[in-house]
Amino acid sequence: MNKQSMLDLDKNPIFITGAVETALGEVKDQTELSMLALAARQALHDSGMTLKDVDGIFVNYMGEQGSVQVGEYLGIQPRYADSSDLGGAAFEAFVHHAMLAVSAGRCEVALIGYASRQRSLRSRTRSSATNNMSLTAQFETPYGLPMPLGHFALMASRHMHQYGTTSEQLASIAVAARKWACLNPKAWHRDPLSIEDVLSSRMISSPLRRLDCCLITDGGGVVIVTNQQRARDALKKPIRVIGAGESHTHWHISQMSDLTVTAGTVSGREAFSMAGIKPSDVDFVEPYDASTLTVLLAIEDLGFCEKGEGGDFVMDDRLAPGGALPMMTSGGGLSYNHPGALGVLLLIAAVSQLRGEAGERQIDHPKLGVVHGIGGMLSTAATVVLTND
Amino acid sequence: MTDQDPTIYGDSLTQPFWRAAERHVLMIQHCSNCGHYQFYPRPFCLQCESDHVEWIESKGQGVVYSSTTVHLSVSTEVEPPYQVVLVELDEGVRLLANIVEGDCDIADRVEVIWRQREGIPPLPVFRRAADKNLPESIRGARS
Ligand SMILES: [Zn+2]
Repeated sequence: MNKQSMLDLDKNPIFITGAVETALGEVKDQTELSMLALAARQALHDSGMTLKDVDGIFVNYMGEQGSVQVGEYLGIQPRYADSSDLGGAAFEAFVHHAMLAVSAGRCEVALIGYASRQRSLRSRTRSSATNNMSLTAQFETPYGLPMPLGHFALMASRHMHQYGTTSEQLASIAVAARKWACLNPKAWHRDPLSIEDVLSSRMISSPLRRLDCCLITDGGGVVIVTNQQRARDALKKPIRVIGAGESHTHWHISQMSDLTVTAGTVSGREAFSMAGIKPSDVDFVEPYDASTLTVLLAIEDLGFCEKGEGGDFVMDDRLAPGGALPMMTSGGGLSYNHPGALGVLLLIAAVSQLRGEAGERQIDHPKLGVVHGIGGMLSTAATVVLTND
Repeated sequence: MTDQDPTIYGDSLTQPFWRAAERHVLMIQHCSNCGHYQFYPRPFCLQCESDHVEWIESKGQGVVYSSTTVHLSVSTEVEPPYQVVLVELDEGVRLLANIVEGDCDIADRVEVIWRQREGIPPLPVFRRAADKNLPESIRGARS
């Protein structure tokens, strides 16, 4: 019996049985809803199911009222619905919530999904302007801090000041992502990239340059979470969810108590303790690389090295193909695709590694993968531990 | 707390801040029960949950906690490149702000000045502190 809850994941394990990307890159011939529907059908097919089996919907950022429009579009009347708003970390949080809901019998087949065409529609905004008398409008917007990159930049500056982290070290994270992307036919950028290329790219918000920052593409994905009994029908290898956790720290950057420490300290601790694992057990990580800085902080906050040592940790191709701790194995938000909320694609990347379906990118027999989503202005974090054991 | 006055900028909690801004005074909340300072304002002290929070005048002095120079156009109020910083006031609270009249580095001493705005109250921004405002221990040590 798991000590911290009524969950008994040994006796009643929870599985991801479907994990499918939507169309990626630039999507001109589909809508967000049709992209999601096509991925949902495929993910359910891989699970040995159809839409009629789905009784839990975990969706947000697909229009008003979260899961409601997607439910209608797919013809699903759920008995459990969740549109928690943790930004890009929502999808790891949805795995957490789905695990609890399925364990408690409140639903059996949970559909987690997302699709966006923010590249094609040019809908992404850099400004934080909201309603004109919000706290953000009064105390943040007038200063012109790009959202979220300026927030990452302030964190990077502080980390450099406190720990001597360098731009070269940050750049090596972008280089590692690109090395993975070069092996991924679905990646947006597949040209080789050097540290010098990153350091000579245009300054956006110092110390972060263009190539420290993620892409804007279309895309999305669907993940199916279910119990052991239903997972027996799966056509592909079910991947076990053995730990999950989530947290958030702040909305306004002035309220983040330490700019070098994220909500990942709590989401990681919760997920690792539920799974009964330690960082040295982990074979690979899919961290949300909204920028090189977000990976640096994730590595430290999840405990792969001490606080302040992330800069040294990422050097010498440690995260790259063949490295000691592979990360961003799809090419990540930096080089593969970034449809606004990357979290769902991180789960799919991890499942494909654990199933041995990652093609040229395949890590040698991984057993344990960690997916670490972030959201907002590095305000939120949610961590999921997956195994094929 | 007073009702929100629709003729004054701000919400019902922040209007005292913006009224003081008109006089170029930087106000933050102080708890007379436990001594905690907080910014932005809340209806009570987040430290001890006492109602006894009052607006006090900050000295407007602090250090740069972190900094970025923005090279991208996101604001209608300032042309890039411009510097955005988190200032840690000597009272202990942090504010987002711009640096004006030159650049500053992390750990530099800064002081508040006010940016006039059309139709709404002036905005607190910061500049490198004049030497006379530096604590005795730091004065003269700067190159
Ligand atoms: Zn108090």
